[in-house]
Amino acid sequence: MLFIVAGMALVTMIPRVIPAFIVDKLQFRDWVNRWLNAIPYAALGALIFPGIMSVKADEPHIGLFGGIVAILLAYLGVHIILVVITAIVTVYLLT
Amino acid sequence: MDTNYGEGYNESPSAMIQKGFAKGFPIMVGYIPIAITYGVLAKQAGMSLTELTLMSVLVFAGASQFMAANMIAVGAGALEIIVATFVLNFRHFVMSFAFMNRLRGLELKWKLPMSMGLTDETFAVTAMYPKKASMKHGVYFYGAIILTAYLSWVIGSFLGGIIGEIIPERLSQSMGIALYAMFIGLLMPSVKKNKQVALIAVLAMLINAICVQLGMSTGWAIVLGTLLGGLSGIYFLKGEQA
Repeated sequence: MLFIVAGMALVTMIPRVIPAFIVDKLQFRDWVNRWLNAIPYAALGALIFPGIMSVKADEPHIGLFGGIVAILLAYLGVHIILVVITAIVTVYLLT
Repeated sequence: MDTNYGEGYNESPSAMIQKGFAKGFPIMVGYIPIAITYGVLAKQAGMSLTELTLMSVLVFAGASQFMAANMIAVGAGALEIIVATFVLNFRHFVMSFAFMNRLRGLELKWKLPMSMGLTDETFAVTAMYPKKASMKHGVYFYGAIILTAYLSWVIGSFLGGIIGEIIPERLSQSMGIALYAMFIGLLMPSVKKNKQVALIAVLAMLINAICVQLGMSTGWAIVLGTLLGGLSGIYFLKGEQA
């Protein structure tokens, strides 16, 4: 069991720390910097969908509905904590 | 580069820590119920309290820990679990690259712990406050976000292992939307400022969904969605100052 934990720790940590060691040695062209600056938005997109449909197994519409509520509230400028809480309540009421 | 430093450049470390904690709070709300669920599941899979907490301390990557607990429960081999973990968590390499590029010039003794604390959620939150990177004590801001997330995860796992399922199932299931709602809440302000951000995100979503449909594992699908979706930023973010 400890071998599993240690192995998982290593294969998770190595990809995380490599950029810390090499980024200062690299000089990026402008387009690479723009690419890297777009990574957070792309990552957010990829993390949200289609994962959000698995909030309740076999009922993708529940996650989607919670997501739509979150989009509307966030678009209206509601504080992020309230966005999170309202989404939780929405899913709770739907299930 | 801007020669006159932006507003808040000289803010004290303690002010930065407070702000970091406030921004990290939604991660805490999302992590604690998930961590408790992980603790319960890992215990049921036959892991001891020490082992399951140690895994949270050393691995700190939710999805892969759930996967490992499931694989342990069905008696999968150690090597199989480790390889699957690598595949699932490789997306953090891409995210860490983007994060470290922001923290360029910071000493390695700071960059190293920041990179180790990178998860989907800490990356998402820290990346929405890029200006802090150029502030004198900005590292305290990022550090506070990461520490909030880390402690929530470790303590939550421990609690789950020790007291079992304390949150009713219906509620903990509903709380599964928390981190998705947080991601949406993080993305929307940027979308409002720049509509093309939405295009980048939607493109990444579609690429991810297509990859999943094609039978790719979740890990690689997110890596491809992030990299290829982000590629469109080369065009879309042209007007923006890096």
